[in-house]
This record gives sequence, structure tokens and C-alpha cells, in this order.
Amino acid sequence: METTISPPRIRTWLNDFGISAVIAVVVIVAIFWGYVTSPQVTTAVLASTLRQSTPLVLGALCGLMGERSGIINIGIEGQMLLAAFIGFLANVYTGNLLLAVLAGVLTGAIMGALLAFMSVTLKMDQIIAGTVINILAFGLTGYYYQQGLTTQGKLLPISLGPLAEIPLIGPVLFRNPPITFATLILIFVIHYVLFYTRWGLRTRAVGEHPSAADTVGINVYFVRYTNVIIGGAIAGLAGAYLTLEAVGSFERAMTNGRGFVALAVMIFGKWTPLGSWGAALLFGLTTALQTQLQFGGRLAIPHQFIGMLPYVLTIVVLAGFVGRARPPAAIGQPYETE
Amino acid sequence: MTKVDAPIVLEAKGVTKRFPGVLANDRIDLKLRQGEILALLGENGAGKSTLMNILYGLYHPDEGEIWIKGEHLQLGSPRDAIARGVGMVHQHFQLVPVMTVAENVMLGAEVTRAGGRLDRREAARRVRALSDKYGLRVDPSAVVEDLPVGTLQRVEIIKALYRHADILILDEPTAVLTPQEANDLFRIMHDLTEQGVSIIFITHKLKEVLAVADRIGVLRGGRMVGTTTPAEATEASLAEMMVGRKVILQVEKSAAHPGRPVLQVENLTVRDERNHVMVADVSLEVRAGEILGIAGVQGNGQRELVEALTGLRPIESGRILVEGQEYTSASPRQITEMGVAHIPEDREKHGLVMAYSIADNMVLNQYYQSPYASGPVLDQDKIEDHGRLLVKEYDVRTPSIFTLARNLSGGNKQKVIVAREFSRPVKLLIANQPTRGIDVGSIEFVHKQIVAQRDRGVAVLLVSAELDEVLSVSDRVAVMFDGRIVKTLPIAEATRERLGMLMAGSEA
Amino acid sequence: MTREQKPSDANVALGTRLRRTWRAVSIPVSSVLLALLIGAIILAVSGSSPLAAYSALLKGSLGNSAAVGRTLEKATPLVLNGLAVAFAFKAGLFNIGAQGQLLFGAVVAAAVGFGVSGLPAVIHMPLALLAGGLAGALYGAIPGALKTYSGAHEVITTIMLNYVAINITDYLANGPWKDPSPGNIVARTPRILPTAEIPNLGNIPLGFFIGAVAAVLTWWLLYRTTIGYEIRTVGLNPNAAHYAGIRVSFTIILTMTISGLLAGIGGAIETQGVVGRFQPGFNVGLGFDAITIALLAKTHPVGVIPAALLVGAMKAGESQMQFSAGVATEIIDVILALILFFVAADRIVRWIIRTRATEEEQVILSTGWGQQ
Repeated sequence: METTISPPRIRTWLNDFGISAVIAVVVIVAIFWGYVTSPQVTTAVLASTLRQSTPLVLGALCGLMGERSGIINIGIEGQMLLAAFIGFLANVYTGNLLLAVLAGVLTGAIMGALLAFMSVTLKMDQIIAGTVINILAFGLTGYYYQQGLTTQGKLLPISLGPLAEIPLIGPVLFRNPPITFATLILIFVIHYVLFYTRWGLRTRAVGEHPSAADTVGINVYFVRYTNVIIGGAIAGLAGAYLTLEAVGSFERAMTNGRGFVALAVMIFGKWTPLGSWGAALLFGLTTALQTQLQFGGRLAIPHQFIGMLPYVLTIVVLAGFVGRARPPAAIGQPYETE
Repeated sequence: MTKVDAPIVLEAKGVTKRFPGVLANDRIDLKLRQGEILALLGENGAGKSTLMNILYGLYHPDEGEIWIKGEHLQLGSPRDAIARGVGMVHQHFQLVPVMTVAENVMLGAEVTRAGGRLDRREAARRVRALSDKYGLRVDPSAVVEDLPVGTLQRVEIIKALYRHADILILDEPTAVLTPQEANDLFRIMHDLTEQGVSIIFITHKLKEVLAVADRIGVLRGGRMVGTTTPAEATEASLAEMMVGRKVILQVEKSAAHPGRPVLQVENLTVRDERNHVMVADVSLEVRAGEILGIAGVQGNGQRELVEALTGLRPIESGRILVEGQEYTSASPRQITEMGVAHIPEDREKHGLVMAYSIADNMVLNQYYQSPYASGPVLDQDKIEDHGRLLVKEYDVRTPSIFTLARNLSGGNKQKVIVAREFSRPVKLLIANQPTRGIDVGSIEFVHKQIVAQRDRGVAVLLVSAELDEVLSVSDRVAVMFDGRIVKTLPIAEATRERLGMLMAGSEA
Repeated sequence: MTREQKPSDANVALGTRLRRTWRAVSIPVSSVLLALLIGAIILAVSGSSPLAAYSALLKGSLGNSAAVGRTLEKATPLVLNGLAVAFAFKAGLFNIGAQGQLLFGAVVAAAVGFGVSGLPAVIHMPLALLAGGLAGALYGAIPGALKTYSGAHEVITTIMLNYVAINITDYLANGPWKDPSPGNIVARTPRILPTAEIPNLGNIPLGFFIGAVAAVLTWWLLYRTTIGYEIRTVGLNPNAAHYAGIRVSFTIILTMTISGLLAGIGGAIETQGVVGRFQPGFNVGLGFDAITIALLAKTHPVGVIPAALLVGAMKAGESQMQFSAGVATEIIDVILALILFFVAADRIVRWIIRTRATEEEQVILSTGWGQQ
């Protein structure tokens, strides 16, 4: 019936990935140039990029699992923060790092369950639900925080043998602490599950057209709850990363907006794990550069402006990309089985 | 072919369902025999969809029993119904737009390899097999949002057949089809029944029922008021059963006396959000005192045409003039001020603010003009008086003008919109699906109002997917197909058959 | 409708109005009580006495005129920020950026306060106030424009802009606008001139009245003017608004601008009436309180006043609570979070107090990320 001709495949591909391709080319060229001029600095910056991007990509994974099933999660920040705090406390009182990480993951999952309860069962406005999570997290971490608690060490980098000796890529990719490794694996696992398995198909259907899923007998509520809880666990992992791998201690509000930046990462990554990884690396790069520039003292820019970079970049990404990217069609709308 | 003796495959006994304030189904008894086509007739709000949702397990009845193939069942969810061989094709398609046909068909009953990995190739093969077996012509790898509406329906049928359904429920399947496509669907339905499938088919279209059904059940006010067969019934008798009184199936109107042209559209081209051309080089003219009806299956550009004419969509090329005054790129407000009235297709989306009172809705286009406002300040008293006046004049059933719009019935919502639009001086009326989803009494009211406007010298552009409405109200008929006006005919020459062919793209 | 069937109009009106008032306040009031109850449980479980804590809270907020003055002082920026958020809600916008807008308002008011000399108080004070409001308005227009022209959801952009504002104002207070007086090492602006100060009437800060007047003006704007009609229509049904001829884009930007204006004035009052200069690090986290207040008030401008007083009282009393009952002040944050939860999850509260939902109560404000 329609007399339209689909645009040739190249043009669609360019539309979808053109900008990302350009950025990727620029970055690769810059890396090569950097490596040639000062290999140590470049390696350090790249390694830092990977580490800085870890909480962002984890946060983005959390966000996209929820959104792919139709639930907006504004509370990633709060989930990360509370998980960071609980993980930190667990480490202080038990000294067992693995246990502490699990405690963080569990905290995230519980917060995820709370978010799911508010969004799916109570059918609250999801942005408010996420805000409640944030306020609760800030309040609880503030209330129970005591100064002067010290951790029993933090998670240290593990070298993957000969792989870690490869110049440039070696130290960056193959000498990392466990959560960073886990994140890399998680990205691919979730990508596979979302796009190649039955569970992923059902999740995406629930996020795009919940009544279509409902009428073929899929339990929309169950799918949403599960995705949001697993997403919460992932955010919990991000929180655990912050206190147990990155810093080794806890500070109030230490998440510093990462949970929100993760949302921009998710959108930039078009709600896909691999895309989010690329976006997170870009954001991680800005933070890594910020540290580098501050120490290098090369530019006469006040440090506050460099500190603003991730936030400004988030805005730019949102302004430039959200219009072009298509979120799952049914996000934000509570579903009512009649 | 004595279907009378065939075993009963589906039975409802005394099914009752209540919603807050409404008794949707009242002790309904229904029998479906194997291999028959049972048509369920009733006007909007009679309870047909509710009953079908109960049979499919989406709703739970408050009282009564469901028997499927001799077994008494409690259907907890669609899964139970599907397991017993019941499949449903909904009025509003339950398909995920961004996924392929194969993915949509297998959703919930996925073909998997080890570990839950999807086997898309096998699913496609199965879909293709079903498509060939029943002549449904569906491509498994096509993405749903790119497909035309008629194809989507066939996808829904395959979805049901894929799950081995031998009892099919079709909810208003012809709402989006041309008469020819509807005939195609009837052929498919007959083929299916030859293979032992039993079909319940819900509609409010009398002609179809007489054409395709083996038996007819009529629902009114939640109750099954009677069953009959095409041999025993006529359109008039069915209409009377549906409504409970004698229904005038044709709008009473005198001949038109068209005057000078009011709306002139010249070579209009409009694109949609995805840059497809939806209105292609359309030219038309509506004169004062005549009703030009635009017939056509939904999705052929009518919506975009109306949006362009009412300032809600930008125009790529062409001109629009009202009484010689150009308004090609005018804003909705300028268009309204030029004397154009618009009854929108989606009354809840464009026509009303559900959370506003009736009074606030009545001034939606004029709140900034005196006497409702002086400068920036609103005059609440004048607004309320205006509201009271219109409620009385247009017989809007409501306890007060402060009642929120969302609490009105569909018919009364439409009356509010009509009252608002007609209470301004109007030169041109654009009515888009003006009687969709409302009760017969309100339908008669709206038609009467439209004809009254015409007699007052207003030029009326009526866009409707209901061919019967176009035929009974219009003075001239234009058929829109694939973004073009393929032909314009005086009403005397516009027969269903001819219009049907034009609507499907064949020249006639 | 015969005479016998209709009770006298006056009685009906009174009954309806009472019923409507109860329906309007039942959820907020019950939410607060429930939150306080749970807060008491948390306190008890943590080993503190809820009774001691709450009575200290009460004493610290309303116990004497100084306490009342403190309450009003705390409530003032809350009124304006709550107004800012409530106003934005009316157009369907989620302005979490009130904090950033407030910061700019505060710092610009401080700059006008200390930088401009030779003006009589009757000009200087309103000038600084206006400058602060304008700064907030401009900063609020940014996310409004971003949303309109690119579809970027204001929740994230406003939060990001909050961080940006913190950074920029920090830079200003540490750099070009730093207090040069000898002996000062802290990041802060110089003190504003006395002519820019907003005085107290006894213990009662004048700033609170400015806030109250702003609330009334906002109500009048929303419900008695054409602009208000447009804003509310855009918030309730942007499609119908477009069809009605309302310029939706302009309305969105205008709403965010006015919202920023209100927050900016709140910041200016903080500087001119309370602190006397701009010092970074004050009022962190105010953004979330404003949301709680706006929802407690059910986004009604005048309702913001009692809601802000309630929260202000809690904030004013919290140091007394810490002092005499030894309870950490963050419990107030937890209670506020609970209030927000209950107000937003009104189903739970409704179930507890057995009220039926009325049609007006639906509070779904978000429908995704981009322009729909």
C-alpha cells in the first residue's frame, strides 16, 4: 500500500552509527598519537578511562534493563550510594571483601525491588519513585554514617598472565581488579541475553507493547520486577566498586551524580549494553583527562570547570541524541491488566 | 453442511461481569458449534468486547461458567485459553511494532535451542508454512511497523493458528479493511471453517453479518437479546434488536444547495514524521452548504490531510485557501479565528482536556478572547455562563458544568466538542470520524447537527472510515487511496461496490 | 429536578466544600502522620526515645518566638523552591534544578549586594532581589529551551545543571568574587551592604512574607489568567493545547523561566535575609525537599505555604533535637523521604485510611524521555 522506497542500507547504517563511527575514529587516532608521543601517560589515561567507566556502564546496564522492560529508573544514584555504604560497612565489620561485595549487590537488589514495588504494583509516577529511592539513600547513608571508620583494605588488580604484557592493551585490559573484569563480562552476557534469548525477547516486548505480551500470556508484572531487581543488583555492584575497588573508603554523597550520568550513557548507547559501553568509555575518558589535566597543570582553567566536564557532556549528549534515539515505546507508563 | 448438528466447542452459561458503575455482561448464554461462524452484533458499549475478553481469559467473570470442548474451565489467564485452542485477534492489534512478524508470532511460545537461545530461522519457517497453507501471504522477516494494516490482521491470525487455535475470536476485524479486503477475510474465514476451525466474529456492521455468518447473536446493554440466522433477519430487524427501537438507518436531509467555494486545497503534499509522503498532490474543493465526504480505509493519508488543514502538521508544498484567504502555513489559532471548526478524530487526545471541567473545556479555543478574558485576566463568570448555556442547548448529560470531562460517556464527550465548535461563527467544518465509538442516540444527534450546519451554509468536510456514514451523510464523495484523491463522485453515483474498488486502488 | 430532590443549595455547597477540603488534605496529612510514626519506630529501634526526639523537635521549632523565627527563616527558601517545583509541575515539567537556580540567585544577589554602592535601601534591596530572581530565571530557561528544542528530559538536565551551578558558584566565591578582607581564607563573597539587607520584623523574617506573597501571586497567575490556563492545559494535555492554538514550546520555556525566577528569589532572600553573603556549601539537597513540599501541597501554589512551614519546622527543630535528645539530624531526611513516598504512593495511604480515590488525584507526570 505504501509507495515508499526504503533508504539504501548504507544510509540507515550511517544514520544510526555515523556519529559514533566518527567519534571512534577520532579517538583511535588520538590514542595512537598519544601512544607515540608519551606511552606511559597514554596507558595511564586509558587504564583510568576503563576504571572510571566501570560504574557508569554498570549504572547504564541497570538503567537499560529496567527501561527495556518499561520502567524508568531515576534512582540509580541512590541505589549505588546505599550499596556503596552497605558494602563499606560490611567490609569494616567482617573484613571479608567478597562478602562486602555481595552485601552491596544485595542492597542494590533490594532497592530495585522497592522501585519495582512502587512503579509496578503501586503504579506511582516512576520519576517520583526513583526520587524517593534517592532521597532515602541520601538520608539513610547520612543518618547512619560515622566518621573514622576504616576499611580492611580494598580489591586489588589481578594480572592475567602474559596477556597483561601486551603493550598498551595489556595493562589496560588485562590488569584490572575483579569487579572491572566482571563488568566487562556482564556487558556481553546481558547483550546476548537481551537480543538472543527468549527472556530478552519477552523483556523487550513488555517494554515496547505490554498488552501484546499480556495477551499471549506473558506476566508483565513478573518480567518488570525481575528486570528491575537484577538491574538493582548491578547498580549495587557499581556501588561496591566505588568503595571496595576504587577508593577503599566511604564519603557522603560519593556517587557524585554518576547515577544520572549513567542514564545519559544509556541513552547515548541506544539502550544497548555494547552501545552503553562505548558511551561509558567516552565519559570515562573525560574524567580521566580531567585528572590528567589537573595534575599536568597545562591549562590555566580553574579546576571547577574541568570538574564540570562530565555533567556538561551529559547535557550535550542528551540534547543531541535523545531526539534521535528511540526508547522502548512503553516506558514510564504503568501497566494495568484489566 | 449441517452445522446445526456439529458438536458444541465453546459455551458460556450465565456469564456476568460487573465494572464499577456498569453491568457489562448480564447472564449471557452463548453456544458455538464446530465449524460455524457465529457473529456477535451490538453497538458500542453493549458488552461484546468484555464477553470476548472473558472467553479469552483476560477478564474473569463474576458469575457464570465457561465450557470449552465439553470441559468446564476457570480461565486464569490467556495462557489457559490458548492451551485449550482459543485464539483471539484483537480490534487494536497486539503486535510489537519494532519486532519482526516471526518474533511477534512466536512471542510467548518461542522456538528455542539450548539455553533459551532463540531459533529465529525455525520460527520463520513455521510462519511461512502456515502462511502458505491458508493463503495468508505473510513474510516472516518483515518488521511489523512497516506493514500495511490489512497485512497486520493476517499476522494476528497466524499468531493464533501458530498456537494451534481451532476456536478463533475476531474482534471488529473489518474496521480497518476495504470492502474487498473484508471479502478476502471472509474467504479466509470460510477456508478455516472448512478445516474445522470455529469462529466468533464481533462487529457492529449489519451488512457483513448477513454476508458471512451462519448464526447471529445480538447483544444489547450487556444482555443477549436474541439469536437468529441470516435467512431470518434483515438489516432493519437486526438494527432494531441492537438498539431496542426502530432505527432510521439513513440520515434525513433535504437536497444540498451549494454556494461559492469555501475550502480550496491545491496540490497539497504532506509528509509524516518518518518522511513518507502521506498526502500526495491532493486538490479538492468544498462549497458552502454542501458536505464533501472523504471515504477511504484508515491509513491512506486522511489523518495527515486533516492535520494539515487544521494547522497541526506542516505542509511540504501546495496551498490551502478558505474563502480566498490563504492559510497554508497558518497556526491552529489563526485557522480557528478564520472560522474553521474541527471535530478531531481522537477526542481524548486533541479535543478535550480530560482533567478540566466541562466549562473549562468549552472555552478551549476562545479563552483568550473577550468576553471570556479581558487582557490577560480570565472572567470566570462569563466562562461558567457560557458552559451552562451550551450544556443545555446541546443536551449534554452531566450533573454540572464542573464535572470533569473524563467522567462523561463517549457520546457526551463528543457533544461537548460539537457544542464548543458550533458555538462560534463557522464557515468550514472539518469532522474527522465524528461518530466513532459512541452510542446510536449520540450518532443520530451528531449527524443531525452536521446536516444542520450544512443547511446554515457551512461547508463541511467529513472524513470517515465508516463507509455507511459517508454514504448517508455526504452530498459528494471523494475517495482517498495511498495519499491521493482517486475520484470524486456525486452521491447519486456513489455505490458501495464502486467506492469499495476505489478505496482499494482499482480505478472504477 | 423537582424542588424536593434538591437540598438547599447553601447546604449542598457547604457539605461539598467540606468534603472536598477533607479529600484534598486527607492524603497529605495522613502521609505526614504515617511518616512520623515510622520515624518513631526507626528511632526506637536505634535506641533513641521518639518522645524525647519529637518533643525536642517541637520545642526547637515552635517553642518560643526565636524558634518560630527560625522556622520561618528555614521555611522561606522552601516556600519559594516548593513554589518553583509546583509551578513547573503544572506544566508537566519536573524541575529538580531549583537548587542550581537558587544558587545562582544567591550569588548574583550577593554580587549586587556588595558590588553596588551608593543606593538607598529602598532601591538596593529590591534591585538585588530582582537580580537574583533574574539569574535564576535565566538558569531555569536553559533546561526549558533544551527540552523544547531537543527533547532532552528536564529531570536529567536540571540535575546536571545543579552540579554545574555548584561548580560555577564555587569558582566565583573562590576567585573573582572572593572576600578580600584580611584574615579571610574561606571561600565566600564579601558581606553585602546594609542597604541590600532584608530586615526582620522582630523575629519574623520579611523574606517569608515575600514568599507568601509570591505564592498568592502564583495562584492568581495559574487560575485567573490566560497564561495560567495555557500552562495548565499544556501540563494536562499538550496535544489538546496545540490544537487549541497554544504555543506549547513557548509555554514550556516560560514555565521553566518563571520557575527559575521563583527559585532565584529564594536564593536571593537566603543571601539578603539570612546569611548576609554567599558562601558555597549551604542548602545542599534542597532540591529534593522542594519536591516533597510541592507534592505535599498537591502542586497547589497556596498549599505550598503550610507544607513549607511543616518542613521548615522540622529543619528548624532538628538541632534542638540533636542537642537535647542526642538524635542525629539525618533522621529528618529519612522522615522527609517517607513523607514523599507516602504522598506519591497515595494508594497505600488511601488503603490505610479507607478513602476512595477521586478523579483529580492521578499524579502521573512522566511519560518517558523525549518529546512524545
